[in-house]
Amino acid sequence: MTANDPAPGGPADPAGAAGHPDHPPRVGFFTDTSVCIGCKACEVACKEWNAIPEDGLNFAATSYDNSGGLGADTWRHVAFIEQRRPLGRQHTGVARDGAGPAGEAAAVDLGMPSFERPGDGAGADGRGEFRWLMSSDVCKHCTEAACLDVCPTGALFRTEYGTVVVQEDICNGCGYCVPACPYGVIDKREDDGRVWKCTMCYDRLGAGQQPACAQACPTDSIQFGELDELRERAARRVTDLQLAGVDSARLYGEDPGDGVGGAGAFFLLLDDPEVYGLPPDPVVTTRDLPAMWRHAGTAAAVLLAGLAATFLGRRR
Amino acid sequence: MSTSDVTRQGVRGARPARDALTGSARARPDAPRRDGRAPEGGFRSYYGRPVLNRIPWAARDIAGYLFLGGLAGSSSVLAAGAELSGRPALARTMKATALGAITGSVAALVNDLGRPARFVNMLRVCKPTSPMSVGSWLLAGYGPLAGAAAATELTGRFRRPGTAATVGAALLGPAVAAYTAPLICDTAVPAWHEGYREMPFVFTGSGAAAAAGVGLLGSPPAENGPARRAAVFGAALETAALARMRRRTAAVADTHRGGRAGVLLRAAEALTATGALGAAVLGRHRWAARVSGAALVAGSACTRFGIFYAGIASAEDPRYTVVPQRERVRERAAAGLA
Ligand code: SF4
Ligand code: SF4
Repeated sequence: MTANDPAPGGPADPAGAAGHPDHPPRVGFFTDTSVCIGCKACEVACKEWNAIPEDGLNFAATSYDNSGGLGADTWRHVAFIEQRRPLGRQHTGVARDGAGPAGEAAAVDLGMPSFERPGDGAGADGRGEFRWLMSSDVCKHCTEAACLDVCPTGALFRTEYGTVVVQEDICNGCGYCVPACPYGVIDKREDDGRVWKCTMCYDRLGAGQQPACAQACPTDSIQFGELDELRERAARRVTDLQLAGVDSARLYGEDPGDGVGGAGAFFLLLDDPEVYGLPPDPVVTTRDLPAMWRHAGTAAAVLLAGLAATFLGRRR
Repeated sequence: MSTSDVTRQGVRGARPARDALTGSARARPDAPRRDGRAPEGGFRSYYGRPVLNRIPWAARDIAGYLFLGGLAGSSSVLAAGAELSGRPALARTMKATALGAITGSVAALVNDLGRPARFVNMLRVCKPTSPMSVGSWLLAGYGPLAGAAAATELTGRFRRPGTAATVGAALLGPAVAAYTAPLICDTAVPAWHEGYREMPFVFTGSGAAAAAGVGLLGSPPAENGPARRAAVFGAALETAALARMRRRTAAVADTHRGGRAGVLLRAAEALTATGALGAAVLGRHRWAARVSGAALVAGSACTRFGIFYAGIASAEDPRYTVVPQRERVRERAAAGLA
C-alpha cells in the first residue's frame, strides 16, 4: 500500500488516511442548482484561471449547452434542460439562510434589469408549464476515488484538503483513470497525452483563496467551504425548498454512506441525476477489486492445473 | 414571412398548426427526448449523451495486449510441461512464442501511453488497488524469465538455469494471463465491470486456446497431444464462462450481440469451436492440426477484440450506466418502505 490509498469503506478523513497528519479541514463544493441561471461564469473563470485550452467552439444544438460534458478541457460544465413541467413554485425567492419557507420578501437579488420576477404579473396560471434546469457540473473529489485508486504511477494523489489532483509531471498517459471514473470527469487531452481535471484550484487554496468558479458565480449557486459546514447548509436548504413546495428538490452526493463514500463536491438537484447526465447510484469500482483478484487467482490456478493435466497419462 | 397563399380554393401551403411543445422536438423517433423523460427504453438521460467519458484506448494496442498476454502466459505453461515431459519441439515453439508475445504486449502497452517516455513511472509505486500497477510488476518479473527460457533454448547454452527459468515462467504465466481481467473489469465500464466474476475464466480459457493453437501450428503430431487437449480445455472454459457472463448481465448480453463486438464474438465462437473440434478429432494429421491451430489463434484474438469493443459500446450508451443504477435505487427505496 502506498500512502495514497484510501482505507476501504471510505475514510471519514481522507486526507488523514492518505498520510497528511496535520491537515486543514476537508473542503468542497455545494452546487445549489436551484439558483443557477446558466450564465457559465464558472466555466469561463475556470478556463481563465487554469489556462485551459479552448474545447471547440461548438454549439450542441440541443440546448444552450455548448461544452457538452466534462472533459480534459472542460472542468466546469453547465447543463441546460428544458422541461414541459409546471414550475412547482420553483423560484429563487426562498431565502437561503434561516428565513424559512415564508421567505417571499427575501428574494435573492440576481442583479437583473427587472422589477418583478418573471411570471409574477401573470399569476400562477399564466406562468406556463415549463421550466429550465441548469446545473454546473464538476469533479466530485470522491472520498473513495476510483481514478486515484487505479492510477499506476501515483500521478493522482489526495491533497491535504481532501481533494483529488493530478500531478502532470508524473502522469504517463496510460488513461486508466478515464474509464475508472464513474462520473465521466477525468479525460485525456489528445495533443498532450496526459489527463486533466478539476483541481479545486489547488493553487488558490494554498493562498487562502476560494476556487475561481465559486468566486465568479453571481448567484452563489456554487458554494465553496468546509465540507461539514456545506453539508449542514445543504440540508437546511433542501428542507426550505421542500417546505416552499419545490417537491423535486433533493441532494446528490452528500451522503458519506453512498457508493463513493460521499462526494467532496455535491449538488442540490431538481430532478433525477441522470437527467443532468449524472449517474443515479455510482459505486467506486475498486470496492469489487478484492473479489476480482480472488476470481482471477482461481482462474490462474485453473489454467495452471488444466494445462498441467494435458501432460498427464499415457503418451498418445 | 408567410409561406401560405390565399387562393380561391382556400389557403394553400399553410404549415400545420404549430405545436411547439417543450420536449416534443426530436430529430429521430428513436432519439432521446430533449427533456430527459423516459418514454422508450425506460430510462432518462442528458440528451442521450454517455455518462462516462470516452475510453482513450486504441483497440489494436489494448485488445492486442489482452490477447498477447494470454498467449504468452499459457505458452509458458505448455513450454514447461513439454520440456519436463520430453517434447523438445513443442517446448521450443512455446518458449519462442511466450517471448515474442510478451515483447509484443509490452510494446503495445507502451505504444498506447500518451507519454511513452514515461513508461518507467509505472514502477514508481506498487499499488494493489491498481491492476495496471500490479500487472507492471508482474511483467517485470515474468518478462525476464520468459526471455531467459527462450534464449537458453534457442542458443542451447546454460541448460540448467534455462529449465529453472522455464518453470518460473510457467508459474507466473497463469497470473499474467489472468490479471488482464481485473485490469479491464476494475473500471466503470458496464460490460467489463459487471462481468468481473467470469472475465478471468474467459481470458485464461482464451489464452489456453491460443497457446494450444500455436502449439498445433508449430509441433509435429508426435508431440502435439498436450496442445490438442489444451485446445479442448481452453475452448470449453472460455465458452462456458462467456455463456454464464451473458446470462447474468444485460449490459454484457446486449453489447455482445450487436455492432462490431457482435460480429467479432460470433466469429470467435465459430473459430474456437471449429479449432477445438478439429484439434480433438483430426489433430494427429499434420495439416488438420495446422488449420485447427490457426483457427484457435484467430478465435482467441477475435474474443479479445470483441470484448474490448463490447466495453466501448456499453460506455457509449447511457442505458447501461443508468438502468442498473436506477434499479438499485428503486430496490433500496422498496426495501426501505417495507
Ligand atoms: S469524480 Fe471521477 S475524476 Fe473526480 S475524484 Fe471522483 S473518480 Fe476521480
Ligand atoms: S493517465 Fe495519468 S493520472 Fe490517469 S491513471 Fe494513468 S498515470 Fe495515473
